[in-house]
Amino acid sequence: MAELLFWPALVAYGEAAFAYFGEARRPGVAGRYATWGVRIGWLAQTALLALQAARSDGFPWESWAGSLNLFVWLVMSVYLVWGCRARFRLLGLAVTPVAVSLLVVAHLGGGTDVGARSQYSNLFLVVHVGLVLAAFAGFTLAAALAALYLFQERRLKRHDASILRVPSPPLTSLDRLSARMILLALPALTLGIAVGLIRLQEDGGNVDALMLFTGVTWLVYGGYLGLRARGGWRGRRAAFVALAGFALVIVVRVALTGTHFG
Amino acid sequence: MKLALVGVSHHHAPVELRERAALRLDEAGALARELADGREAVVLSTCNRTEVYVTGDDAEAEALEALRVRGGDDLAAVAYRLTDHAAALHLFRVAAGLDSLVPGEGEILGQVRAAYEAGAPGPLLNRLFHDAIRAGKRARSQTTIGESPSSVPAAGAALAQQVFGELSGRRVLVVGAGAVGELAARGLASRGATIALVASRSFERAEELARSVGATPVELDDLRGRLAEIDVVVACTGSPGFVVTRDDVPERRGRPLFLIDLAVPRDVDPAVNELDACYVYDIDDLQAVVDATLAGRRREAERAEAIVDEEADRFRAWRASLDVVPTIASLRARAEAIRAAELSKAKLTESEREAVESITTQILNKLLHLPTIRMKEAAAAADGVLYADAVRHLFGLEDER
Repeated sequence: MAELLFWPALVAYGEAAFAYFGEARRPGVAGRYATWGVRIGWLAQTALLALQAARSDGFPWESWAGSLNLFVWLVMSVYLVWGCRARFRLLGLAVTPVAVSLLVVAHLGGGTDVGARSQYSNLFLVVHVGLVLAAFAGFTLAAALAALYLFQERRLKRHDASILRVPSPPLTSLDRLSARMILLALPALTLGIAVGLIRLQEDGGNVDALMLFTGVTWLVYGGYLGLRARGGWRGRRAAFVALAGFALVIVVRVALTGTHFG
Repeated sequence: MKLALVGVSHHHAPVELRERAALRLDEAGALARELADGREAVVLSTCNRTEVYVTGDDAEAEALEALRVRGGDDLAAVAYRLTDHAAALHLFRVAAGLDSLVPGEGEILGQVRAAYEAGAPGPLLNRLFHDAIRAGKRARSQTTIGESPSSVPAAGAALAQQVFGELSGRRVLVVGAGAVGELAARGLASRGATIALVASRSFERAEELARSVGATPVELDDLRGRLAEIDVVVACTGSPGFVVTRDDVPERRGRPLFLIDLAVPRDVDPAVNELDACYVYDIDDLQAVVDATLAGRRREAERAEAIVDEEADRFRAWRASLDVVPTIASLRARAEAIRAAELSKAKLTESEREAVESITTQILNKLLHLPTIRMKEAAAAADGVLYADAVRHLFGLEDER
C-alpha cells in the first residue's frame, strides 16, 4: 500500500520538476502542469504519511530516512503556499528537484515504509522532531528564495535582456519573504532545541556533533535576523547569510544524521 | 446574410494613404450609421488601420466607395476586401493584437470596443464584435502576449517593477526636464510611483516640470545629498559628461536604487552599476530588453492564434446555425399547433387538462430535442441547409418558409 502512494508522489514531483524546467524555457502551459504535479504529489505524500502514522507503533519518522520523508513533505507544504502563483514558479525549479532527490534517498533508506517501531514516547518526538524539521523546512525555502534572489540580482546587474521573459518575483519580495521565513522558522528551531535539551537533561547523555552543529545553525540564523534588524542588512549580503545557514542545515540533515538517530 | 470587410492597414498602405482614411471615433460612428441604412455597419479606425464592417449583399461596394471618397483611387487600390469567415477571423486577429505592429499591444482591444459602441450593429455584428472582444481578452489572459514592454520607457518601468514589485510609494528623481525624461517618469507615475524630485541644468525648467508633476525642484549640484531618499532615477539631460557618478551614490545597505539612463551621451556613470543594490540601465540595455520581449511576444502570438481560430470557428458555427433556426422554429410551431388542436378536442376537467397539457408539452419537448440538436450540429458542419430542407419536406413545412 505504501508503495502505491510513494510512487505517485515521486512521479508527480518529478513531473513537476521537469515541467518547471519547461516553464523556464518557455513560460505558459508547462507552469500549470508543474503546479498540478506539486499538488498531486503532495496529496499522495500526505496520504503516505497518514498511512505511516496509522500503522506505526509510536512516532513513524524517527529514523533519519523517515525524518527525511517528513522533511520533504514539510518543504512541499510550505512551498504550496506560493507555488501556485505564476510569479513564484521559478522557485519550483529549485525546490522540486531537491524534493525528488531527497524523497528517493528517504525511500532507499526505508523512510517510506509502514509499521516502524519507535523507542521514544510519541509526544517527545512529535514536538522535538516536528519542530526541528518544520524549522529546517522553513530554512530550506528561505535558502531557495535567497538563491533565486541572487540569481535574479545577477541577471539585473548583467543586463540580461531576457529577464522579463519568465515571470519571477521582484527582488524586494524575495528578500522580504526569505527573512519572514527565517523569522518563522527560528522560533520553531529554538523550541525544538529546548525540548531536546530538557529530554537530554532528564535521560542523561552527551552532546553529539549534530546537536553542536544545530546550535551553530541557530546562531547563524539568529545573527541573520539581528544583522537585518540592527545593521540594516538587506539584499545580497542577507541572501549569502541565509545560504550559509542552509549549508549548515545540509550538514545537520545529511552528514551528521548517524550521530543522532538511533 | 453576407458579412463583408473593406479596409486599409499598415500592411499594404503607407502612412500618407492611411492618414487620408483615418477617422475620429465620432466620424467613424457617423460613417457607420450612414452606411447602415437598414443594414448593419461598424467602422474601426486606428493609427494603423481603417476598416469598415458591413452586412448585406451590396454593402461591400458601398463601403469601398466610402473609402474612395475619403482617400482617393490610390487608397481604394490598396484596400483589402474580405467576406464572411475571413472577415470574422480578421477582426478576431485585430482584437487579439495579432494584426498590430507590436503583437499583443494593449490599446487595440479598447479601440475595437469603442468602434462597436459608436457604430450601427445589428444581430450579426453584435455577435461578431462580442466574440471578437472575448477572443482579444482570452488571448491576453491565457498567453503572455500583452505582458512584456514594447518601448524603451516601458521596459524601464517594467524593470523597476522587477526590482521593487509594486511601485506605489517609490520615489522617483527625474534628472533633465526634457520631454523624453518626463514621458518616462510619467510612465512610472502611472504605475503608482511618486515623482519626488526634478533636477535640471536649468533650474527654471526643473521648477516648471516639478510644478506640473507635483515634485520638488533641486539643483543638479545637490543630487549627492538627495539620492539617499530616492528609489528610481530617470536621467535624460543633454550634458556631455556624467551627471550621476559613483561618488554621488551613498551606501544603500541592500536598499535598491534603479537608474534609467535615457541620455546619449550617457548621464549615469556605468561604474554606479558596480555598487551594491544599484542597477543602471542605459538606452541600449533597455532596447535589448524590448527586442528580447518582442521575440517572446511573437512566440506567444502562435498560442494566441490558436485561441483566435477557436473563437472564429465558434462564430462560424453560430452563423451556420442561423440557417436552420427558421426550420426549427417552424417545426416547433407546427408540433405545438397539433398538440393544442388535439387537446382542445378532448373533454377534460380543469385539473385533468392541466395534467395532460404538462405531459404533452414534455413529450413534445423531448421528441424535438434531438432533431434540434442534430440540425444545429449539421449546420455547423455545413450540411444545415440539406437537413433543413429534408425536415421541411418530411413535416410539410414548405408553405411556412
